[in-house]
Amino acid sequence: MITQRVKFYQTDTFTAGSRLVDMESRSVQANMERTNSLNSGHRACQGCGEALGARYAIDAAMHATDNKIIAVNATGCLEVFSTPYPETSWQIAWIHSLFGNAAAVASGVAEALAVKGDTETRVIAQGGDGGTTDIGFGCLSGMFERNDDVLYICYDNQGYMNTGVQRSSATPPTARTATTMPVGPEPGNVFGTGKDVPRIAMAHDIPYVATATVANLKDLEAKVKKAMSFRGARYIHIFVPCPLGWGSQTYDTIRLARLVVECGLFPLYEAEYGEVIRVIPIRRQVPVEEYLKPQRRFAHLFGKKGNPETIAKLQVMADKNIQKYGLLKKGGEDE
Amino acid sequence: MLQQVEGSHGIAEAVALCRPEVISAYPITPQTHIVEDLGAMVKRGDLGNARFMTVESEFGAMSAAIGSSATGARTYTATSSQGMLFMAEAVYNASGLGLPIVMTVGNRAIGAPINIWNDHTDSMSMRDSGWIQLYAQSNQEALDLHIQAFRLAEAVSCPVMVCVDGFILTHAYERVDIPEQKQVDEYLPSFQPRQVLDPNRPISIGAMVGPEAFTEVRYLEHHKQLEALKIIPTLQKEFHEKFGRDSGGLVSGYRTEDADTLIVALGSVNGTIQDVVDEMREDGVLIGSVSICSFRPFPLAALREVLKKAKRVIMLEKSFAVGLGGVVDPNIRMTLRGISKPIYNIIAGLGGRAITKKSLHEVFDKAIKDELEGTHFLDLQWDIVNKEIEREKQQPRSGPIAENILRDIGSVASDIA
Amino acid sequence: MFQVRIHGRGGQGVVSAAELLSVAAFKENKHAQAVPNFGSERMGAPVMAFCRVSDKPIRLREPVMEPDALIIQDPTLLNQVDLFHGLSEKGYILINSTKSFHELGIEEFVTKFPKDHLTTIKATDLALQHVGRPVPNAPMLGGLAALTGVFTLEALAEAIREKFPGQVGEANIAAITEAYESTKSIMNN
Repeated sequence: MITQRVKFYQTDTFTAGSRLVDMESRSVQANMERTNSLNSGHRACQGCGEALGARYAIDAAMHATDNKIIAVNATGCLEVFSTPYPETSWQIAWIHSLFGNAAAVASGVAEALAVKGDTETRVIAQGGDGGTTDIGFGCLSGMFERNDDVLYICYDNQGYMNTGVQRSSATPPTARTATTMPVGPEPGNVFGTGKDVPRIAMAHDIPYVATATVANLKDLEAKVKKAMSFRGARYIHIFVPCPLGWGSQTYDTIRLARLVVECGLFPLYEAEYGEVIRVIPIRRQVPVEEYLKPQRRFAHLFGKKGNPETIAKLQVMADKNIQKYGLLKKGGEDE
Repeated sequence: MLQQVEGSHGIAEAVALCRPEVISAYPITPQTHIVEDLGAMVKRGDLGNARFMTVESEFGAMSAAIGSSATGARTYTATSSQGMLFMAEAVYNASGLGLPIVMTVGNRAIGAPINIWNDHTDSMSMRDSGWIQLYAQSNQEALDLHIQAFRLAEAVSCPVMVCVDGFILTHAYERVDIPEQKQVDEYLPSFQPRQVLDPNRPISIGAMVGPEAFTEVRYLEHHKQLEALKIIPTLQKEFHEKFGRDSGGLVSGYRTEDADTLIVALGSVNGTIQDVVDEMREDGVLIGSVSICSFRPFPLAALREVLKKAKRVIMLEKSFAVGLGGVVDPNIRMTLRGISKPIYNIIAGLGGRAITKKSLHEVFDKAIKDELEGTHFLDLQWDIVNKEIEREKQQPRSGPIAENILRDIGSVASDIA
Repeated sequence: MFQVRIHGRGGQGVVSAAELLSVAAFKENKHAQAVPNFGSERMGAPVMAFCRVSDKPIRLREPVMEPDALIIQDPTLLNQVDLFHGLSEKGYILINSTKSFHELGIEEFVTKFPKDHLTTIKATDLALQHVGRPVPNAPMLGGLAALTGVFTLEALAEAIREKFPGQVGEANIAAITEAYESTKSIMNN
């Protein structure tokens, strides 16, 4: 019988799936043995980026550690939607203490494991951007500085969504929130504010820092896996769209997470011991409008009056990132 | 073994004998010497695998303690004053999660105005946090209470604060009997946590609880403390049998049997009061005193039993509820509910103001003649206060009170009391 | 009960002196309590510390209001602080100085105290000579032991040896011994 060898160029993508990829190289989510750490039935909104991000990240961490994970959760959406007691979506050892102390609680867990001589069990702390970049920042920096054996994951949806969409230090310029309304001469969140926590994490010279989004699942999983190969303090900052807070369509969550990278506003990179060691290049840069337009929180930049000057300022920010991280450099590593 | 050591060192030795596994520490005067000593012991390897965490804040200290205790490690920390307030949110969380953490409070005032000296405002601010609170009269008792505290905390799965007067005890060199490791091991079994974060038996801890169950959860926290009320005297008795000393318990009376007048107090001031009681007894005054060791749970029945026969009760306390009066005082009135007798409240020793025998004699004499006002501020300098009130009347923007008062008093460095 | 109040400046070992005294008393099976009157002061500020000694357990927690003995480690405090406050008429006064009470200008003031309860000690010199640092606390204790007889030289030496094992301890012991002997010889003259 004559056979023809067919080559699928798009194996292990959203289009073609992982069926033709060998087991080892498949994504954790494609693996039958994925742990479903954050199980179905939780109360997150439709299209929740944080739920997706947490599920990918924790399953990947479980996979990397032979299912030996203890997770510490900051107060926030993730905590509230996952544990409407007596139900819990967590299939892992999990504790929630307070809004601002996840990193410190995780340090305590790590120290207790160290006393007990348990080197197998690993600790993850997780929280939203408010619990990470604002109220939990002191504890986070302390955990980094002591180089405690904790992976901290920040699910960044750029605002306090659990309390009704207020501004955080991760809210981007011009974005509308309940505390940065699109009124007055400088509508929305003002320019020149906010903090770049991945860079601050790097300034602590910790073993591993990475940024990721829920649009690039393989990349996210690979980064979590890599993080688990280090001992000491590690940080992953995951961009997670929030349809409720951003006024975006629930089916646009992945699209927005892809566009934010492709326009340059959210660079994807990895850093070891304070130095960027790898970036994910952009194949085709898209104008920031493409990312901004589907979100009602930026609606004041469009419409009849429009605000091309402000959009231009955001484009400058994106271009700066592209230049700073060499995201469009020829010969850059391809995904 | 009998030793002449600093109070803080005695406490550190006692904590070490309890074989703590994780110690988190953030420095604040006057708690520092305790954790410094423990840090050295851990670094030398005296405490086996124990870990000493130098955290970034008191909030971090209590949070790390929460994580470590929830992972099944015997956990200790210490704080004072502003540190107590800075960790407040985590203090409530630790008790809400039922984690048997033991914490020393080196009692110190709370500012503004900033003040490093002793009073009970810090621990009193956490009296309703769900923690058990034990107050030490002496360095020996401070040491002993820590050993009892771990046992008590783990028996009821509830955190315990051991409150020790800052400087007056923490920095005082006194004779203490430091027990042998074997004795402590026999008294305090190894920690058997009720539930623990373990990947092999995953559980979720720290759920949200709505109106449908919150009252019940809160009541059960109260129930734990009621259980502690029964356990504390047992632990005291067992401690006595093992170590040959009377330490701890709910309350302890001094010359109370035939006393017409009973003074109630917490902590180290009881020693001075007992000296005054002896002196007044020599003059034929029927007076006695009662030390409250367990302030939370509050020993309503035990205290009522001691106080009911006295003609009058004087509550002397180092804490002050601004806008009301004493903090402990209402507890005493609740104790004596339905029994009619004069209860006097003396606020004393705020911010390290020395409580002298001389002043106590005067104020007790007055109380015995029933000439004392309901709330009396010991040694309050009324002239200074009135002057400032007058000044504020005439010139409302005369500057901050603290600075004005200091200007009126002049240099204080030379004053002994 | 015998109560000592020590005045000095931050950095002069005032608190350590009170602690050493209490340890020395403990070595002789007495009850003792040493407490610093702590402030937020840094080096050079006036500080004081207390030590009580008794045959019975000490419960009293007030500062030493009526000392039986006063150690003044820095004579420049004489004009700044009410050092003699509460000192009993049978009280002891020890001042760290190479000068006499007359030269210090307080001869008249101290006439109300028993003459053999008063002495100046060149403690800073002794400390420099033996220990190499101008910390007068230990020699002053040697003088106190000689003057009052409440503490023994042996117990003080033991307490010092415990706190500062090795050469530093021995040097301090040499200093207190010399202070003790010179005070004794002054008393005998």
